[in-house]
Amino acid sequence: MDNAASPAAASGYADPPRRMGFFTDTSVCIGCKACEVACKEWNGVPDDGFNLLGMSYDNTGGLSANSWRAVAFIEQPAPPKAPDGGAGDLRWLMMSNVCKHCTHAACLDVCPTGALFRTEFSTVVVQEDICNGCGYCIPACPYGVIDQREGDGRAWKCTMCYDRIGDGLTPACAKACPTQSIQYGPLDELRGRAEQRQAKLHEAGETSARLYGNDPGDGVGGDGAFFLLLDEPEVYGLPPDPVVTTRDLPKMWRTAGLAALTMAAAVVAAFVGRSR
Amino acid sequence: MIQGSNMAEAHPVGFQWVVDAKQRGAKVIHVDPRFTRTSALADRYVPIRAGSDIAFLGGIVNHILSRGLDFREYVLAYTNAATIITKDFRDTEDLDGLFSGWDPVAGVYDPASWQYEGHQEDSPSVAEVAAHKEVAGGLRHESHGAPVGRHTQRDETLQDPRCVYQILKRHYSRYTPEMVQEVCGVPPDVFAEVCRAWTENSGRERTTCLVYSVGWTQHSVGVQYIRTGAIIQLLLGNMGRPGGGILALRGHASIQGSTDIPTLFNLLPGYLPMPHHAQHPTLDKWVEGTIHQAQKGFWGSARAYCVSLLKAYWGEKATPDNDFCFGYLPRLTGDHGTYQQTLDMIDGKICGYFLLGQNPAVGSAHGRAQRLGMANLDWLVVRDLYEIESATFWKNGPEIETGEIVTEECRTEVFLLPAAAHVEKEGSFTQTQRMLQWREKALDPPGDCRSELWFFYHLGRLIRQKLAGSTQQRDRPILDLAWEYPTHGPHDEPSAEAVLMEINGYTLPDRQPLSGFSELKDDGSTVCGCWIYSGVFKDGVNQAARRKPGTDQDWVASEWAWAWPMNRRILYNRASADPDGKPWSERKKYVWWDPERNEWTGFDVPDFEKTKPPSYRPPDGATGPAALAGDDPFVMQGDGKGWLYVPSGLIDGPLPTHYEPVESPIRNPLYKQQFNPTRRYYDRPDNPLNPVGSTVFPYVFTTSRLTEHHTAGGMSRTLAYLSELQPAMFIEVSPELAALRGLRPLDWAHVVTTRAVVEARVLVTDRLRPLRVENHAVHQVWLPYHWGYAGLVTGDAANDLLGIALDPNVLIQESKVGTCDVQPGRRPTGRALLAYLADYRRRAGLSEGNQRG
Repeated sequence: MDNAASPAAASGYADPPRRMGFFTDTSVCIGCKACEVACKEWNGVPDDGFNLLGMSYDNTGGLSANSWRAVAFIEQPAPPKAPDGGAGDLRWLMMSNVCKHCTHAACLDVCPTGALFRTEFSTVVVQEDICNGCGYCIPACPYGVIDQREGDGRAWKCTMCYDRIGDGLTPACAKACPTQSIQYGPLDELRGRAEQRQAKLHEAGETSARLYGNDPGDGVGGDGAFFLLLDEPEVYGLPPDPVVTTRDLPKMWRTAGLAALTMAAAVVAAFVGRSR
Repeated sequence: MIQGSNMAEAHPVGFQWVVDAKQRGAKVIHVDPRFTRTSALADRYVPIRAGSDIAFLGGIVNHILSRGLDFREYVLAYTNAATIITKDFRDTEDLDGLFSGWDPVAGVYDPASWQYEGHQEDSPSVAEVAAHKEVAGGLRHESHGAPVGRHTQRDETLQDPRCVYQILKRHYSRYTPEMVQEVCGVPPDVFAEVCRAWTENSGRERTTCLVYSVGWTQHSVGVQYIRTGAIIQLLLGNMGRPGGGILALRGHASIQGSTDIPTLFNLLPGYLPMPHHAQHPTLDKWVEGTIHQAQKGFWGSARAYCVSLLKAYWGEKATPDNDFCFGYLPRLTGDHGTYQQTLDMIDGKICGYFLLGQNPAVGSAHGRAQRLGMANLDWLVVRDLYEIESATFWKNGPEIETGEIVTEECRTEVFLLPAAAHVEKEGSFTQTQRMLQWREKALDPPGDCRSELWFFYHLGRLIRQKLAGSTQQRDRPILDLAWEYPTHGPHDEPSAEAVLMEINGYTLPDRQPLSGFSELKDDGSTVCGCWIYSGVFKDGVNQAARRKPGTDQDWVASEWAWAWPMNRRILYNRASADPDGKPWSERKKYVWWDPERNEWTGFDVPDFEKTKPPSYRPPDGATGPAALAGDDPFVMQGDGKGWLYVPSGLIDGPLPTHYEPVESPIRNPLYKQQFNPTRRYYDRPDNPLNPVGSTVFPYVFTTSRLTEHHTAGGMSRTLAYLSELQPAMFIEVSPELAALRGLRPLDWAHVVTTRAVVEARVLVTDRLRPLRVENHAVHQVWLPYHWGYAGLVTGDAANDLLGIALDPNVLIQESKVGTCDVQPGRRPTGRALLAYLADYRRRAGLSEGNQRG
């Protein structure tokens, strides 16, 4: 199996199953938040407090240790209408955000205990009984997804329902989504479907439709959970050009190593010189 | 076309099919006072002033008729467009907002002049109409039209000034785009786009579906809102055809089921009317009262439905000699609707009350009246999943703070009984599409929680035990009931399937299951608990439990569960073929006549006698089904036609007419008559209304639901995962109103009507916008009605703001529009709250004995 297409294979799984992923099509999201509730029900995630945030209908406030799916609501003036008319002068964007399950996952790279691991489905999962709460993974995530739970200290995030997909079940959020805004399946199939959907939207005059996280050539090697957006990623609170934060580590280590070697050589040279 | 419905938020699961249709190219239009999550998914959103929908839809009717855009072949053959009306009929255009026959003393119309020509003698008297209004008699027409005779005079050229087509054309001629703008605040170009989309997507090749929900129903002219939608769908030929129709989205779980097998005071199962003490002294009179002797159609067999129901109730005791125990049925003596009952409780006329799956302290209009009523009972039984507000008003309701209810003095004894949730019991749900879907029990209910079926079966059993041996005549109806159901398990749970079998019906004495209502007999040889559900246990198989996936069958998926009647998925589907029985188009073929096999066939169960050819013409004197011609698709109507014009059965007129809501910021721009003249209003000091055009109450408010919460909150504010998603009562206001009243995001504001003050956090949003109506800005605000004083997240109840004014046909409250004031900051508390309200009433010109300004 091609290692680039299968991070699981790259991680040493012999003959792993196909890489599984999420395609979240925001153009059909109705903002019902069933994904948030289903996720919490299945995974036993605690509630996140009863706080009215005033951010349109988003009272979750983004992904956190206690919210592994979070629907963003953006009220904005509508872009110029397509020739056959539009919804009016207003647009209400909704997007169910989730862990991206990166091809190159920095959280996993920096985890010192091995609590974070790559599954056979190429997803990234934290093992709650191994995590020691060091928190290194938190600044490592380029998306700000993984988070420490208050009063618990450990890191928590979406597991793509590892305990369901192994049994051939659909993750809870995708299962609960009434409009198939959240689709689960083999990643390559999802990518093909997403391209078709994007083309169809462009055809219909929805030229702002774009895919996010689908490109294996991007800074994280492509996401296992990618999106169809209707505006710039920043509008949804997503980084426009995410880069695996450990990308430069080898180079940095090489540079540091070289510097150390040079220094050592200089020291040696100095002593050698003195003894002369 | 979605109007009067926030489908994406209140019916998210059903909305998946709208999303599906949209992806396949359907254009979705949403008309609503507020930009909602439904608008977000629509191709076009049209803001409208709350309470002005008839003007908007009437404008579309005018657009169709003035341009001749109706589907003429369909209209001529299948509707009553050609039918001639009496020469005495006068329209609201002639009488400035009233139809002919208005009786100001009785508060109802004499409908004689509305009748089909030659049918005047069939018209009910004013006294009968008044009695009909008292008991919301119109509700029974949910399954069949009002009784009319089959013989009508017609003008097939549609030119006679007295034919329905011409009357309709004149009636809506003033509903111009300019008038629509003036009344609704919808600009002409946007209105034209809607007209174009609707008409261009209707006809032989295309159909348009209309969706509404309680945003239409809950008005003092609610029935006529829906009628206007029906007129458009009939004119454009969208009824009885695939992709067409009118989808009345029904509420949670089994609201459709609870009208089919009703929890209503005025109906018996299958829309049989509850007998009236004066009008229905005998079985014969009861049956006669529901049908017209010379009518066409299947309603003509009503006697068999009635007798089979009585056999289900009283079994062997029901015999031809005793009118099948007809005398045992309760009798209506007047208005026993839920709001009349509430007021009767306040007045001490009602002693006890059962509340099941209902939380009127939060969920019903005029919450204060609801709570004061419940605080004046001897006993109250609340069966619910949680300790809801209606079980705790005596200790923590808002009236405790104002001193209007004193815990120590409250006389009501409350029995809170824990109920089983839907996954903890078996049974059927009937959804929007009239489809019964069987649910198995997933787990046992915890502790003492029990199903409703268990509760009523054992309540009945125990009452019968207590009455055993009684010689009192009044106890016979209970003692003679056929109350035998098999039970199982440690708690003697009755078998829900045995109940479904009884609903389906069976023969006597061999108890063979019936396969449909056409097998019902009026001689006592069949039992049937609900005639329209007959067939759900066909062949002794629970048809509602069928689970064949849609992917394993054709697109109609007839083998998934079971829809009434007779597993038909689209009603009146004979109309999907032309008068000769051929599909209107290949693209829209659904049910058609097969001349080789001499029968109706198609994708669905034909809603027609299977072997009656399109060419069939009834002989003189025929009645019932035999009187239906081969091209009469509306088989439950007395004349076999779809009714553009309703000659009989409606209290407020044969044609929908724009009236302002009972509380409105403006005078009616169309007529001198401001309101629905026949609206039901309880004129008493505790039910005041805001005066029309009051500067004290200058804004329009409307209330509805959020996806995150369930109605009065009993099933959502009690759960952390739902409470956190919408944790606080809030109000949505436009930036313009926020600036006008000094309202800041997340700060508090309070809303005032003559009945109540409620406070809420402020959400300023462009999704609400002022509309230009009659050349001034009308500001609209929106409130969710989910909050109350119990649960994990609490807040003021929006329904407290409402008064009690009802639609005259069905007694639904006008809860989707009212007027109010909005002020920044929190509301006063305690006694100061009452003084604050009294001051508002004084400023609005209301005083004791002058509730309406």
